[in-house]
Amino acid sequence: MKFLPDQVVARLQTEMQTPDLSGTRYRALELLGHGGMGTVWLAHDSILQRPVALKVLAAENSSADLAARLMQEAVVLARLEHPGIVPVHDAGTLADGRTFYCMKLVEGQTLDRYARKLRLRERLRLFQRIAEPLAFAHSRGIIHRDLKPANVMVGPFGEVLIMDWGLAKVMAATSASSPTEQVSQHVTGATGLSPTATQVSVHVTDDIEHPSTATQVSGHEFTRAVQDRLRPGTLAPENATAHGTVLGTPGYMAPEQQRGEVNLIDQRSDIFAMGSILQSLLQEPPGSPESESYSRPLRAICAKAMSAEMSARYSSVQELAADVGRYLDGLPVTAYRENIFERTARLVSRNRVAVVLVLAYLFMRLLFILFSRR
Amino acid sequence: MVAAAQGRDPEERSRAMDAITNSYWRPVYKYVRLRWRVEREDAEDFTQDFFSRLLEKDFLASYDPAKGKLRTFLRTCIDRLFMNQLRDAHRQKRGDAAVHISLDFEEAEHELAASAQNGSAEDYFEKEWVRTLFALAVERLRMQCLSAGKTTQFAVFERYDLGDEDSRPSYAALAEEFRIAATDVTNYLAFARREFRRSVLAQLRDMTGSDEEFQREARSLLGVEGK
Repeated sequence: MKFLPDQVVARLQTEMQTPDLSGTRYRALELLGHGGMGTVWLAHDSILQRPVALKVLAAENSSADLAARLMQEAVVLARLEHPGIVPVHDAGTLADGRTFYCMKLVEGQTLDRYARKLRLRERLRLFQRIAEPLAFAHSRGIIHRDLKPANVMVGPFGEVLIMDWGLAKVMAATSASSPTEQVSQHVTGATGLSPTATQVSVHVTDDIEHPSTATQVSGHEFTRAVQDRLRPGTLAPENATAHGTVLGTPGYMAPEQQRGEVNLIDQRSDIFAMGSILQSLLQEPPGSPESESYSRPLRAICAKAMSAEMSARYSSVQELAADVGRYLDGLPVTAYRENIFERTARLVSRNRVAVVLVLAYLFMRLLFILFSRR
Repeated sequence: MVAAAQGRDPEERSRAMDAITNSYWRPVYKYVRLRWRVEREDAEDFTQDFFSRLLEKDFLASYDPAKGKLRTFLRTCIDRLFMNQLRDAHRQKRGDAAVHISLDFEEAEHELAASAQNGSAEDYFEKEWVRTLFALAVERLRMQCLSAGKTTQFAVFERYDLGDEDSRPSYAALAEEFRIAATDVTNYLAFARREFRRSVLAQLRDMTGSDEEFQREARSLLGVEGK
C-alpha cells in the first residue's frame, strides 16, 4: 500500500469535494455552501460567459431517492417562472454520477440579515414582496414547506427571491397549462432552441469502459424524462414522502408538518411559516425606540397565520399580505377586532392632517367666540 | 462489512475481519505508539494481540452502530485492552498457538516518522484513518485500472495527483512522458478522479459500521460539514 503524505491526502480530499464537471460547459470555482442534500458551487458557464450556481448532490447521497428529490427541485423551479423565484437553467447527471442543476447566481443577503437595517414599515413592505412569489407558487399547486428567513434572499436592488425548494410539495394539477407543456417550454427557453432539434447539457453516468467524456442526451429525451417525472402520481411528494415523515425547519414548521401529517399539508402550512417570518420581522433590534411592532393588530395577524388549527389561518397568502397592507394603510385588519378607543386612535393617526386642521379651526372658533363676547 | 464480521458465516466473517484488519491496523499501531508512548516492539505485539483478539474473541459482537462510529469503538477497545494489560503488569505474550497476522510494521514505522504529529493522539488516529482510507482506495483504483486495461490512466493520476507538490509535472510534460495528447491528460485525470471518488466511497462503506455512519463520515471526509 502506497504511503500518502499529508499534502497528498489534503489534495485528494479537495478532489473528492469538487464535482466532476468534465464534459460540461461549467467550471467549478468555489464552494458557496451546503445543505442537507448537497453542495452549492459557484461555477463559470464557459458558453454564456457568466457565473452561475450549481447545486450538486453530495457524493455520499447517491441514493436514487435523493437524486430524484434534487431533480424534483429543479423541475419545480423550472415550473415557477417568476422574478421572485430563482430561475433554473439546466439539470442532469454529472460524469461522476451525481445529480445537479444549474441556476442563476443570486447575490444578496438573507432576509434576517437584510431586515436588521430596516425600519418596521420597510420590513412589512418587504414581507408583502415575499408573499408575491409564494402566492404564484401556490397558484401553480406548489407548496414550499421550508420557508424561513434563511431561505429568502434580498438582492442589492431590494429584489426578493425565495430559495431552496428541495422540500416542495406538488399538489394536484392546476388550471394553468399542463405541467408537461410548461416543462417543454422551459427546456426550449433554457437552450434557446427547439428541444427536439438540439441537445441540452444533460450528462449521464459514464462507466469505466467509456471514461473520456460525459454522454450528451438529446433534448427530446430530456424532455421525456422530465415529463415522466411530472406525470401525475409519479412525482408528487405525497407519494415521494411517506406519511409520518417530518420535513421542515423547527420554529417555522406548521403543527401538521411537525406531526408528519404529509397528506394534510397545503398552502396553509406555508402561511404558518409566513406567520413565523412575520413574527421574526417584528422583533426590533436591541435598543430600537420603535414600539409599533408590539401593536395588537400585527400580533393578531401573526397569531392568525400561525393558528394551530389549519382552518383558523388565512386561506391564502394574498389574504395575509392584504391584511399587512391594510395595517400599513391605517385600515382595520381582518385578524383583529378593535374597540372604540383603538378605532379612534387609528382614525386620528391615519387622518392626522385633517384632525389637526379641524382642531385648529375649532380652537380659532373658540377664540373668536370668546373675543366677540367681550 | 461490520455486519458480515458480526455474522455467523465463518467464510464471510473471516473475509470481513481481514478487510477490517487491513483497514485499521496502521492507525491502531501508530495510535498506540503515540498515545501510550510504547516502544516499537511492544506496539507491534499489542497490535498483533489486538487484532488476534478481534478475530478470536468476537470483540465486534458488542459493537452497536447506533451508538457510535466503528473507529471510536475500536479506539475505546484499544485503550481498554491497553489499560488491562498495564494493570496485569505482565503482558501475556501470546503463545505459538495464537493467530499471527502478517503486518508490515517496518513500513508503518517509516510512515510514522514521515508524517506530522501535531495535536492529540486521538486526532492523529483520525488523520491516520483518513490516510489509510485514501491509500486503500488508491490501491483499489490501481487494481481496477489494471483489470480494465487502463494502466496509463492510473499512471497519469499517480504522477499528477499522488506526487509531491514540488515535482508536479505540467499537463504538457505528462503528455510527452506518456506519449499521449494533452487533451487525453485532462480526460485521463477526470476519469481517474471520478473512479477514485467511487473507490473512496466503496472503501468507506467497508470501514464504517452502518449506513448512517457512512453518510456522516462521507460528509465530514468531503470537508463539507461544519463549513
